[in-house]
Amino acid sequence: MSSAAEARITSPGSAVLGPGWGYASIGDKIASIVLTRPAGRLWWLAFGLTSCGVVALGLAIGHLLRRGVGIWGVDIPVAWGFAIANCVWWIGIGHAGTFISAILLLLRQKWRTSINRFAEAMTLFAVAMAGLFPLLHLGRPWFFYWLAPYPNKMDLWPQWRSPLVWDFFAISTYIIVSLLFWYIGLVPDLATLRDRAATRFKRLTFGLFALGWRGEARHWARHQRTYLLLAGLATPLVVSVHSVISLDFAIGNTPGYHSTIFPPYFVAGALFSGFAMVLTLAIPLRRAFDLQDFITTRHLENGAKVLLAMACLVAYSYATEIFTAFYSGDRYEIAITVQRWIGPYAPVYWAMLACNVLTPQLLWFRRLRTNVVFLFVLSLVVNLGMWMERVLIVVSSLATDYMPSAWGIFIPTFWDWVFLLGSISTFVWMFLVFVRVLPAISISEMRELVRESAEGKA
Amino acid sequence: MNDRIRRRPVIPLRDAAGEPISRRSALQWMAASLALGNGACTPAPEAQLFSAVTMPEAGRGDVPAYYASAFVRDGYALGVLVGTRDGRPIKIEGNAAHPSSLGATDVFAQASILELWDPDRSQLVRQRVPGAEVSTGEPATAVSTWDAFEAAWRQRAADLDVSRGRGLVVLTPRFTSPTQALQMRALLRRFPQARWHRHSPLTAGAARDGSRLAFGRELDTILHLDRARCVIALDADPFSDGPGQVRQARDWAAQRAGIGEGEKTRARGAPRSIAIEASPGLFGARADERVALAPVQIEVLVDEVVALVSGSADADGASPLARRLATALEHAGAASLLIAGRHLSAHTHAQIAKLHQRLGAWGHTLDAIEPLDGVEGLVPDSLQALVEDIDAGRVDTVLVVGGNPAYDSPGTVDFAEALRRVPFSAHLSLDRNETSGLATWHLPASHDYESWGDARGHDGTVTLLQPTIVPLYDSRSPIEWLAFLVDGERHAGKDLVQATWRSRQGLGRLTAGSEDPRFVAWWRTSLRAGFVEGSAAKPVPVPQALPIVAEPRSAATPLVAVFAPDPSLDAGRFANNGWLQELPRPLTKLTWDNALYLGQKTAAMHGLSTGDIARVEAGGRSIDAPVWILAEQAEGVATLPLGHGRRAAGRVGNGVGFDAFALQGEHDAPVAITLTRTGRSHRFAVTQHRIEQEGRELARSVIAGSSIAAGPAKPSLYPPITYPEHAWAMTIDLDACIGCNACTIACQAENNIPVVGAEEVARGRAMHWIRVDRYEADRPAGGSLFQPVPCMHCEDAPCEVVCPVGATVHDSEGLNVQVYNRCVGTRFCSNNCPYKVRRFNFLQYADESTETLKAMRNPDVTVRQRGVMEKCTYCVQRITRARLAAETSGVALSDGDVVTACESACPTRAIHFGDLRDAGSEIVRAKASPRHYAMLDELNTRPRTTYLARSIAAIGIEGRDTA
Repeated sequence: MSSAAEARITSPGSAVLGPGWGYASIGDKIASIVLTRPAGRLWWLAFGLTSCGVVALGLAIGHLLRRGVGIWGVDIPVAWGFAIANCVWWIGIGHAGTFISAILLLLRQKWRTSINRFAEAMTLFAVAMAGLFPLLHLGRPWFFYWLAPYPNKMDLWPQWRSPLVWDFFAISTYIIVSLLFWYIGLVPDLATLRDRAATRFKRLTFGLFALGWRGEARHWARHQRTYLLLAGLATPLVVSVHSVISLDFAIGNTPGYHSTIFPPYFVAGALFSGFAMVLTLAIPLRRAFDLQDFITTRHLENGAKVLLAMACLVAYSYATEIFTAFYSGDRYEIAITVQRWIGPYAPVYWAMLACNVLTPQLLWFRRLRTNVVFLFVLSLVVNLGMWMERVLIVVSSLATDYMPSAWGIFIPTFWDWVFLLGSISTFVWMFLVFVRVLPAISISEMRELVRESAEGKA
Repeated sequence: MNDRIRRRPVIPLRDAAGEPISRRSALQWMAASLALGNGACTPAPEAQLFSAVTMPEAGRGDVPAYYASAFVRDGYALGVLVGTRDGRPIKIEGNAAHPSSLGATDVFAQASILELWDPDRSQLVRQRVPGAEVSTGEPATAVSTWDAFEAAWRQRAADLDVSRGRGLVVLTPRFTSPTQALQMRALLRRFPQARWHRHSPLTAGAARDGSRLAFGRELDTILHLDRARCVIALDADPFSDGPGQVRQARDWAAQRAGIGEGEKTRARGAPRSIAIEASPGLFGARADERVALAPVQIEVLVDEVVALVSGSADADGASPLARRLATALEHAGAASLLIAGRHLSAHTHAQIAKLHQRLGAWGHTLDAIEPLDGVEGLVPDSLQALVEDIDAGRVDTVLVVGGNPAYDSPGTVDFAEALRRVPFSAHLSLDRNETSGLATWHLPASHDYESWGDARGHDGTVTLLQPTIVPLYDSRSPIEWLAFLVDGERHAGKDLVQATWRSRQGLGRLTAGSEDPRFVAWWRTSLRAGFVEGSAAKPVPVPQALPIVAEPRSAATPLVAVFAPDPSLDAGRFANNGWLQELPRPLTKLTWDNALYLGQKTAAMHGLSTGDIARVEAGGRSIDAPVWILAEQAEGVATLPLGHGRRAAGRVGNGVGFDAFALQGEHDAPVAITLTRTGRSHRFAVTQHRIEQEGRELARSVIAGSSIAAGPAKPSLYPPITYPEHAWAMTIDLDACIGCNACTIACQAENNIPVVGAEEVARGRAMHWIRVDRYEADRPAGGSLFQPVPCMHCEDAPCEVVCPVGATVHDSEGLNVQVYNRCVGTRFCSNNCPYKVRRFNFLQYADESTETLKAMRNPDVTVRQRGVMEKCTYCVQRITRARLAAETSGVALSDGDVVTACESACPTRAIHFGDLRDAGSEIVRAKASPRHYAMLDELNTRPRTTYLARSIAAIGIEGRDTA
């Protein structure tokens, strides 16, 4: 097929791509969001609101650094509060992005194509938020680098038995690999934007980051190989990062933390909340920029199916946790389990079960799986549920551990909420900026999809 | 660049007239300024100074020097050693030879060091500005000087000389100082028409009245709990009441230590402790049997017991409780001891005195002594009488020697209003309190640790006070002030005390400037010891009791209030003491507050629950107080802790809690009150929310004589570590612990532990390194199990493995140490600590700016920055000091060389610390006890701090073994 003929191919329409789309129109469509299309009033409204959130987070960080972590509700015994729960929650959200881009790529799931780019961006932003919290949560955050092994005069190294050190590596590895993977995928699209940009500044900027991409066959061959290799590298991270995070808890001797089920349980929870966040972002995105042909109902439905599967896995984990507690006969494990049911955090526990186990069961109905509004609401519910789960694990276990005399509860302060909402705002703000300055859907991969679907039809 | 400098115009210096100043005159000005600056400095103290030719004993900054002195509370001395570093008093230890202390202290003595360094202490003489008022309606005052006051007094005294002292009143709190007693007599010799009034908020009024009823004269008692086989406390708490509390706790523990050890004890039956009380106290918490009764019911009970023991006819209707008590008393015979509290009537006190006589207890379990607070030839009048005199215009000069009567006078006596109207009044006090503001002159007093003085211990032992530091401010001690009042001349405190004792010893000065060597020797010996050997009051033979006329008992009211000193603030003296404000009250674990304690039924009847604010009314006066429901409280009795609600305590104590003095009657008898709901509520700051053990065996009890089986050694993945030199360890005997908190506050003083405030405590951020947990005792009689919890120094410490930066590690002697410099504050260690003994600086808690507080700190202990974790170190600085001393002296460390702060303060010797490598040490012996166990042993943390279980006597109340 000549290149001229190829350029005229259009998509015959499939479950994952609407009909009538060709190379050029895809390029026009996606690039226009970045280059030409004026931002809508909704975008500006969201941008304005989240900017306030970003500023609030900045001020809150300033206040935190000046006064200390005591501005939060953390105490003894509950020395970890929202910060750690938020970190775990954000990291979990990030997982869906890596899962979609890496594992689904390796499994050759074509439906991932239109959602992988923004899912990866989501990963990056979520991990950025996640990385913020453990640093800020330190009593003396300015010494965070003591967790890194660097040569120093005092010959001091991190204490390798501590899961927090493993954590430090897990998160930093994750952030580096995610960034590389996302950037490598972006390069051909950056070149497209460079070529279409109207102003010199944009041409220069996109050009700089496009690294001289000219679309040569050699470029493509190397790009594809690198991309695949990176996907291979990223794949274990989907499992390993949250497993390591879970060890922060599982290694501890606190009843409610000390459990071997934590690694798989955390990974399942991560994918659960991650896919929920993908839906939360995808649904307004396709609506705002008329991307219904690219992000089709099939995409959403597939996402919903993953959600359902994860909901069942998570439910199984909850059940196993309870079973293990009673089966072990350990009075402290049993007590913490009962405390979750009837203790001070019982409302959170039951609300979490409603959000994470009960509500997602509605996805067994196909009608609901394809109902966009329902999916959007459900995704929010699941996000909330998973956040509550993280809070519950972190907080309720510490609140009532071995010594009843030392029991105490954590009550979030104003600043706890500012940090949570501020991080959500910053995440959304970054996403809003992202969709306006970079292609939220991979142009090159969508073009591939056109060709493949056309060939598939032919 | 150079150009720019060159081009900058030179501005010539000009003088006031605008004339340029020459270099010469500029230098002259500078020299003059320097000279002036020097002139503004405080002059050196007016005493002869000698340079150290040979190193004085307190000369080395790295070694603390201890001076024997006394902590005086409510007039009575507790012999203490004031530990100083670089000339700064920083820590109080008990004086082991002093009979009131025996080496231990109470919480107040420990916290007195903060009282000394309190930045809110009064620093300047102030004079009331006539006619002017500040916005709060209090009189306005202006800064003045001692010279001004002294001139004013000399003038006044001249007028008073003419009238032979008519209109002059000296108002003092209770004191036992022999020097002060002499001065009072001298003052009244100069002004024969003057009056002496005495007021202390917590008196022994009923006991003395009872003594008068029984014996026709006022006698005080000294209790010997170590000789008592059956102690019955009747609305009294020998562990917290009165000047002998430390000694009494010690004696009780010594008697109890015999339980279950040897046949001899068994034959005699274990010592019994029975508490009949309205409001739960420390003794009741530890008693073998405890019954909650209202004071009036206790009075009836006493009558019944007396009737039963004396076999009189009206014994038939006696209650089962009275019968059991009578049986127990008859069983114990002369080894019985009944202790009656302040709220019982004089009649009941007299009955008990008589009962002791019948049992033959006088001279055995208790002694009678002449009251220590009397002054020969003088009888003080009451505060009430003073107010009446002022109202009648009979008083024009009031000299208040310490105390705070404007705050701590009963609500029926409006001393504050009366004092305002007195034309000339002066108040000497440590802080500018409620009374200071109303007097025409406020004079700063020296702290006891800054002054020379003397006072008597609970048993009359004369205790000498010596200064451990030059007064921080221009202040006078009470005896210095009184000496000035007597003759209008300034006197040095040391001369005054020496003069007293020179005459008392019958040793005069040989010539001016040369002392009788016998006096010098006596003085040095007594000063070194801290007290005068053999000066305890001689027991008075108890006269045959007079017949006691039965008094008509006041009609029972549905609800009465009793007033109790706060376990931490006493009657308000310590309200500005942050350590004490933040010290959890033993039974409620309440901090920074007081509460109206009610029984469950009484509270339910009034529709009140814990945290509700109730309006309490008595005799037309009312206060609003938050309610706290205590399961152990007698129904129909509300307990109102005093000492709170201060208006002029200082920055720490102002407005904390409510002022219960407003409702207090003139006597200690219960006051009828009514309660109404206000609908408002209050949030308490407590450190422990749950008193159930949840079926966990944390604080354990064993039946006397039986033992706790030590489980088999559990396997560990960690390699065993040997400690070749020392292996430090601690045991805490729960059978001895009375929950008094002395350990907590001793630790706070030793280790520079910051105060965090009520809000932070309510958030769960109290910083105490050793907390005293209280659990319900698992026995039908109720009571409490107290469990002090410091760091366990686990051999396999869970905190160490989770710290990412290695900030908590083990040292070569088995201590789990915290490296503050390395800590980044992940708080994982605290999460992983099953005992929850780690404390985190969530905010900048340590006060880094107040100068006096800097001077107070222990220089051997780091002041922690915000963001770092801290916890009990086993007083590692003391271990190091002992090790260094051993190394320099060449004598190996022996058992008892290292004494931790908590161990040293403990009145009942519940805490033992020592080296496990020393086979003959106390700690090894304690660890071999059949009552020994490790808390949360199943976690295999292998704690170095372990416990000895509470021993439960397996006997019935009749005193017979039922086991």
